[in-house]
Amino acid sequence: MSTSGNAVLKLKGIEAGYGRIQALMGIDLEVHEGQIVTLLGANGAGKSTTLKTISGLVRARAGSVEFMGEDITGKNAHQIARSGLVHVPEGRHILRGLSVKENLELGAFTVSDAKLRQTRMQEVFDLFPILGKRQHQDGSLLSGGEQQMLAMGRALMHGPKLLLLDEPSMGLAPKLVLETMRIVKRLNEAGTTILLVEQNARLALRLAHYGYVLESGAIRMKDEAARLQADKSIVQAYLGE
Amino acid sequence: MTSNSNGAVPTHGLGPFLQDARLRWVVAIAILAFLVVAPMIFGSYITVILTNALLYVVLCLGLNIVVGYAGLLDLGYAAFFAVGAYTIGVLTIQFGFNFWVAFPFAVLAAVLAGVIIGGPTLRLRSDYLAIVTLGFGEIVRFSARNLEITGRASGISGIQDPSLFGWQIRTQTDYYYVFVVLAIIAVIASFRLANSRLGRAWLYVRHDEDAAEAMGINRVQVKLAAYVIGAIFGAVGGAFFAANLGAISPESFSFEQSVLVLMAVILGGMGKIPGVILGAFIIILGPELLRDLGEFRLLVFAVGLLLIMLFRPSGIWPGRRGA
Repeated sequence: MSTSGNAVLKLKGIEAGYGRIQALMGIDLEVHEGQIVTLLGANGAGKSTTLKTISGLVRARAGSVEFMGEDITGKNAHQIARSGLVHVPEGRHILRGLSVKENLELGAFTVSDAKLRQTRMQEVFDLFPILGKRQHQDGSLLSGGEQQMLAMGRALMHGPKLLLLDEPSMGLAPKLVLETMRIVKRLNEAGTTILLVEQNARLALRLAHYGYVLESGAIRMKDEAARLQADKSIVQAYLGE
Repeated sequence: MTSNSNGAVPTHGLGPFLQDARLRWVVAIAILAFLVVAPMIFGSYITVILTNALLYVVLCLGLNIVVGYAGLLDLGYAAFFAVGAYTIGVLTIQFGFNFWVAFPFAVLAAVLAGVIIGGPTLRLRSDYLAIVTLGFGEIVRFSARNLEITGRASGISGIQDPSLFGWQIRTQTDYYYVFVVLAIIAVIASFRLANSRLGRAWLYVRHDEDAAEAMGINRVQVKLAAYVIGAIFGAVGGAFFAANLGAISPESFSFEQSVLVLMAVILGGMGKIPGVILGAFIIILGPELLRDLGEFRLLVFAVGLLLIMLFRPSGIWPGRRGA
């Protein structure tokens, strides 16, 4: 699977950290067009830091990030977002006091074509009918699952070529976790390439094409998701349970 | 998906009432008519106070861009006011410029001041920002008090009245009308900014700058724009303030001045134009209306302000929840 399609995202020897703490020790990673790639690992392994380094929220100390064939290492977060790489960070960041619709409009801020904005809004409402129904309500008053949909919908408004999802199922009831994963799958089937960080490794491997296992800031293992899933020892050693 | 699609989140109180567009025009025209005839009805004393209130409308709308729109705290706004006034003072008195030649320099100086205060502070969070802006305000005032060119503590006097297309702006009533025009321009500019693309960027950055950045908004640029535009409002007010009084001194630009402007903005309701205008009038007219109370008037005024803030913590003007 890793050889099919063009590499949308390519990380080479990425090192990053906070202050004197080094969180990433040379990450090599590739995401190919049309794939869902999942990044697994225990708490503190560096999954979120990897996403933040890709989207420009954390500066890389060494190595390079290439997106759509262009070197984006060291670029500012807003520049990277404008080039079509959208990060849905942990914690959803729904704007309080603004309606669902206005929250979605933020996603399309850089889209100058009003018609395209309208089309995308309709697409988001088709994908998440509940958002359409609640479009005039305060976004922060939605339930956790609905807020997660809003965060993803907002990212879709931007028209991403690559979507970075950081623990979309966090804090959700088990039923909603499954629902969220189904949505991720549907987004991918609609053509969005996705890099997914997820606590629930079994679930993530079930829908991903390819997986990386991160341990102490380094890639310990990488393979097709089906094979990682099949390997009982891997699941036990690195993914808990 | 229009740029000014508000009213989505339910409003309460006076909000829906005043959202009727026709009614809003009637109210605006009534206020305008009142402002035009006010000097003819009232004496010169009240005209002076109203002029001062209109100056405050300009200053408060300027600070409102920084505090209300972009959500940045500024405790040194009087510095921009001072920059405008002193640029006019120095250029007309020390260099013999005409007021209108000096005026663009006052605006330019404000832009520079906005960048100087904005640039290094944009990465700071609110409490640090408060300290730095407060320091900036004091630095400007102390510089004015100690520099030869700004006339040290005694300031600059003898600033000429400007003329406009052959009309010599001279009397108090003339200046009153000048400030009416300035206030109207400030109101229109504020409305247009609020509904512009930049206005929406401010809205998003104010609510969650990380989310805004993640969607491609350059937060540094957007915040800097707020400081610079706010500074221009302040400097324009300061320039005409200097011409009106003919004399300026450092004490006109004290910390108290910054606090009064900020108080008016918060009192009326941050980010809400009619509220900010109301706040400006209350701050200026309040102490005057209470003049009969003699030495107790500031005490009564302060208690009144406290009560307002207790019962309407997000400002007098009704508005959208959390917006």
